[in-house]
Amino acid sequence: MTRYAMVIDTLVCIGCGDCVTACKAENQMPDGLTRDWVVEKTTGEYPNLSTEFRSERCNHCSHATCVYVCPTGASHYWRDTNIVLVDGGKCTGCKACIASCPYDARLIMHPEGYVDKCTFCHHRVEKGLDPACVSTCPTHCMYFGVLDDPASEVSRLLRTRNYKTLLQETGNQPNVYYLT
Amino acid sequence: MVEEILVTVKANPNIDPVLSTWSWEVPLYLFLGGLTAGIMFFAAFMVLTNRQKEAPFMTQKLVLWTLILLSIGMVALFLDLSHRWYVYRFYTAFRPTSPMSWGSWILIIIYPVCLLQILSTFRQGYPNLARRLERFDIGVLALNLSERFRRSIAWISIPFALGLGLYTGILLNTLVARPFWNTGILPILFLASALSTAAALAVLGTSHKGERHLFVRIDFGLIAVEIFLVLLLVIDLSAGSQVRLDAVNLILGGRYTIAFWVFFFCLGLLIPFLLEGRELLGKSTAAFYLAPFLVLIGGYLLRQVVMNIGLHSSWTNYATQFDPQLLELLH
Repeated sequence: MTRYAMVIDTLVCIGCGDCVTACKAENQMPDGLTRDWVVEKTTGEYPNLSTEFRSERCNHCSHATCVYVCPTGASHYWRDTNIVLVDGGKCTGCKACIASCPYDARLIMHPEGYVDKCTFCHHRVEKGLDPACVSTCPTHCMYFGVLDDPASEVSRLLRTRNYKTLLQETGNQPNVYYLT
Repeated sequence: MVEEILVTVKANPNIDPVLSTWSWEVPLYLFLGGLTAGIMFFAAFMVLTNRQKEAPFMTQKLVLWTLILLSIGMVALFLDLSHRWYVYRFYTAFRPTSPMSWGSWILIIIYPVCLLQILSTFRQGYPNLARRLERFDIGVLALNLSERFRRSIAWISIPFALGLGLYTGILLNTLVARPFWNTGILPILFLASALSTAAALAVLGTSHKGERHLFVRIDFGLIAVEIFLVLLLVIDLSAGSQVRLDAVNLILGGRYTIAFWVFFFCLGLLIPFLLEGRELLGKSTAAFYLAPFLVLIGGYLLRQVVMNIGLHSSWTNYATQFDPQLLELLH
């Protein structure tokens, strides 16, 4: 399995939300639905507070529970990579994948009713482009690439910087990394 | 202090701020599926232990309801699907890692098993309908063969009944992202409840005194098992990690405390347990219909409340969420 990863530098991110807007525009998301979002985490006691911005989305887990619980094969790995996609033509809307995602990263597309989520913009990836959110980020805090390639920018960053992933304890093996 | 807030709008309908993807349809199916499993089990068990005469309502009458109840449950499941015209996709694939895929295929096999079980006692239970069926050669053949192989059919029914009863709990149990469901006690609790509700339905419907007494005794024992399992469930979750503690706190002082302990536990388990206990001691038959009725209500509430709590229990917990309605206050 070729592993694609997204690396987000929380020390550079300012939480502007352009990644969310870029995603909505690129993927023509209906009103009121969004595939990514930005979280502001504040820790400490006043006046010694620190803030971290995180742009969150589907983690395209290497061990994706949503893929395993899908009864029809609609949730699947794209071309032997870790990119998890939903085939709307196979999805019954049973919502088992939504309940099985610890990140609550899935949504129901309206008015059609099939389940949708971040695709890492695989339609751009297959052309050698970055996902829309990564290309748009005005602070250049987001990176995308192949994790298995030691020469890739994402590999280099994870070798040289401190990082974390979200809810690692679920065993889902997420592939969105946050530099700290 | 650690506080996480959403800077941009997430607020996907039915996902945020709390998962509310499943409503009454799935609990209704879980309840009716369990009830079907319970009836199948007892009807088969009575045949195998040669106690058909002791339980004529269960083995001859109630067994017909398995198909009806299961079909209503399937309709409820269909209504729950948000992309429902693609329902046939369940049967164009078998996914061994998906409990729901197992369930959909098991249901397909359960139907003929139910049908055979019904036919094996159809002449005794529904003589008028049986006579109509006998107008057709194939009907006579089906009735004769089913009666001849009644015990074999009962043997086949037992594992399928237990499988269906357990599956309704396994379905939720394997969705590990919902900590409240992620306990091995849940499938056993659902199975005990499935058997208990079937016994209660027999108590409610039979006019045979001996059968009523038999199923009150069985139900009394099963409710005792359920009470024990509920307490084990709480202990199991309480001994877990933080997300499991947060989940169990939803019923230990949290927003589902009253729903779980007052409506499900007291009304659906404890009160019928006491009423059936009094009846077994010969002290009171005042609650002739009340106790089994409460057991049935409790059976449904178990599924509905457990499902709601599970949807509410989560790994993600944002302290505040952007509320677009607040913007309107500025205008």
